[in-house]
Amino acid sequence: MKPARIPEEEYMTSGHVACQGCGATQAMRFALKALGPKTALVIPACCWSVIDGPFPHSSLRVPLFHTAFEAAASTASGLKAGLEMRGDTETTVMAWAGDGGTFDIGIQSLSGAAERNEDIIYTCYDNEAYMNTGIQRSSSTPVGAWTTTTPVAHYKKRPKKKIIDIMAAHSIPYIATASVAFPEDFIRKFKKAKEIKGTRFIHVFAPCPTGWKLPPELSVAMARQAVTSKVFPLLEVTEHGKRWKVWKDFEPTPVRDYIKAQGRFRHLKDEEIKAIEEEVENNWQLLLAREQMSMNLPGLNKEDDDS
Amino acid sequence: MKKVIMGNHAVSYGVKASGVKVISAYPITPQTQIVELLSEMCANGEIDAKFIKVESEHSALTAVVGASAAGVRAFTATSSQGLLLMHEILHWAVGARLPIVLTNVNRSVGPPWSIWTDQNDSLSQRDTGWLQLYCESNQETQDTIVQAFKIAETVRLPVMLVLDAFFLSHTYEIVDILEPNDVKKFLPPYETDIRIDVEHPHAFGNLAGPDTYFELRFMIQKAMEEARDVVKKVDAEFKEHFGRGYGVVQPYRCDDADLILVTSGTIASTSRVIIDEMRDEGIKIGSLKIRLFRPFPFDEVYEVLSKAKKVAVIDRNISFGHHGIFFQEIKSALYGRTDVPIIGYIVGIGGRDVTPKVIREIAEKALNDENPERDINWIGVKM
Repeated sequence: MKPARIPEEEYMTSGHVACQGCGATQAMRFALKALGPKTALVIPACCWSVIDGPFPHSSLRVPLFHTAFEAAASTASGLKAGLEMRGDTETTVMAWAGDGGTFDIGIQSLSGAAERNEDIIYTCYDNEAYMNTGIQRSSSTPVGAWTTTTPVAHYKKRPKKKIIDIMAAHSIPYIATASVAFPEDFIRKFKKAKEIKGTRFIHVFAPCPTGWKLPPELSVAMARQAVTSKVFPLLEVTEHGKRWKVWKDFEPTPVRDYIKAQGRFRHLKDEEIKAIEEEVENNWQLLLAREQMSMNLPGLNKEDDDS
Repeated sequence: MKKVIMGNHAVSYGVKASGVKVISAYPITPQTQIVELLSEMCANGEIDAKFIKVESEHSALTAVVGASAAGVRAFTATSSQGLLLMHEILHWAVGARLPIVLTNVNRSVGPPWSIWTDQNDSLSQRDTGWLQLYCESNQETQDTIVQAFKIAETVRLPVMLVLDAFFLSHTYEIVDILEPNDVKKFLPPYETDIRIDVEHPHAFGNLAGPDTYFELRFMIQKAMEEARDVVKKVDAEFKEHFGRGYGVVQPYRCDDADLILVTSGTIASTSRVIIDEMRDEGIKIGSLKIRLFRPFPFDEVYEVLSKAKKVAVIDRNISFGHHGIFFQEIKSALYGRTDVPIIGYIVGIGGRDVTPKVIREIAEKALNDENPERDINWIGVKM
């Protein structure tokens, strides 16, 4: 991971109303540092529809249009088209949605926009449940997790939806995962995305201390452990879904430690944790195989030169 | 230039003349030709606009919402199920005060599947805060599109233009085609300071608590009330430019009428045939077409109907468990102002033809029945 300068400019101010340790808030701060002031946001129903602050206040120094839950990608498509018809080709339009608005209710309009290759950045800040409504399961909630709609007696049995696979299947020019625990990598990816035309999808891992039953001060540590335990690999998919590149240059940490630190997994028995460990390892191996496969495709560059 | 064109294409020509910058739509019978022609016009450079070919009507309207928020003229068209899928965003466009124009081709709602006309799709969107204008001819349809943008941009509310499936959408009539350059004098390019602009960043639609939301809704009602005059002014101004005007209501031979038929859409034209026929027989009868449904033209309706001895409202729609929707509206407009008897008739739902004979049957019933069922009379039910 190459070091990158973190811009000193701030486009997020104090006065936001996020919970302590909110990963989504750190994510916005970093994303805007990377994208700069010529950025317009479209935000569907999610924590960020509240975090920005109540009317007439805003904690952001960029324009922001709130839209309906399932409509982030389609609204952003229209906004970009409208700005271009005004002659403004410079403004980066970014849809900024939670996992519910991306994995569940918004996946139709996201798929439509990606298939059309709309010139937008779509960021999903993933806190792995409907946190704004008070911790209900989404299709991004990991297997084994407690939420208010997957209580301990029947915790989440199905694995998290593989959104990166879904987006890669759309053959869009840029896909990446990013974590608030790795701000340099985070900012590099957003800067890179900014320079690419077409649909760019960035999946941001954003811990939610409130929903994960986690002390707020452990938010960033948890985000780091998600990466080092291979629960949330940092990767890039370029060449329209064909080239996969996974970051491997880290000291692995046990999945078990990551699980044990969070209250939402407290009920899991030893064998259940073991099953999750196996699943994480299998997914990791599949990912590496996919990376390896993509290296051998004819006509693609062997190395991505800027990471 | 005059051309013989279908109703749907009259919409497309209206959009072309209006200098629309972003169009987004999803196919649905019977509006499809509107966007097919627009798509062609965008592709061949006749219109300088972006056409966003989305995956649903919900996305069509949200794309148009996004474009309008950027400060450009934006248009979409739909029908029936499509309009119903847009319902959430119909409200959104109003709350965001975006001057979008939408054409809805009136089609019945399933199940059972039906592609034929009735007004339940658009009338069930009555309380979303969209202005609604019901058109009767292809010429009126084209002209109303151009008027609609001017109205919408003046009051900052979206406008829905409504026409009957097939009876108008697929009917060919002579239309004097508006030339974009002539229209520019009437409808200059759209400019607004209230838009998404990185030089002047604002947040649109942030959480509004009970201490502010109430006032924002009050302002929408004020804009609707203002729209009543704006629709009239814009129509008068259009008439100055192009020699054609349509009013908010259209009375026909009402001055000394004992009976006035209240109509909308293509039923208005059919009714006039019967009015003339019965007038020739010495019967004092007239009709009143309601063109503007929201905001409702209370005074204009009162002025015409209060002079009649009887009013018969013809509804191609039904509010289940209540009555015909225009009937409710007319009753509410006249309540406390006049005692003229109002009788409601339900016809033509699911596209059943409303022929001159049907209109005559209604007129004769209304005139001759000694003690008519006042509120709801179904015409032609076969059971």
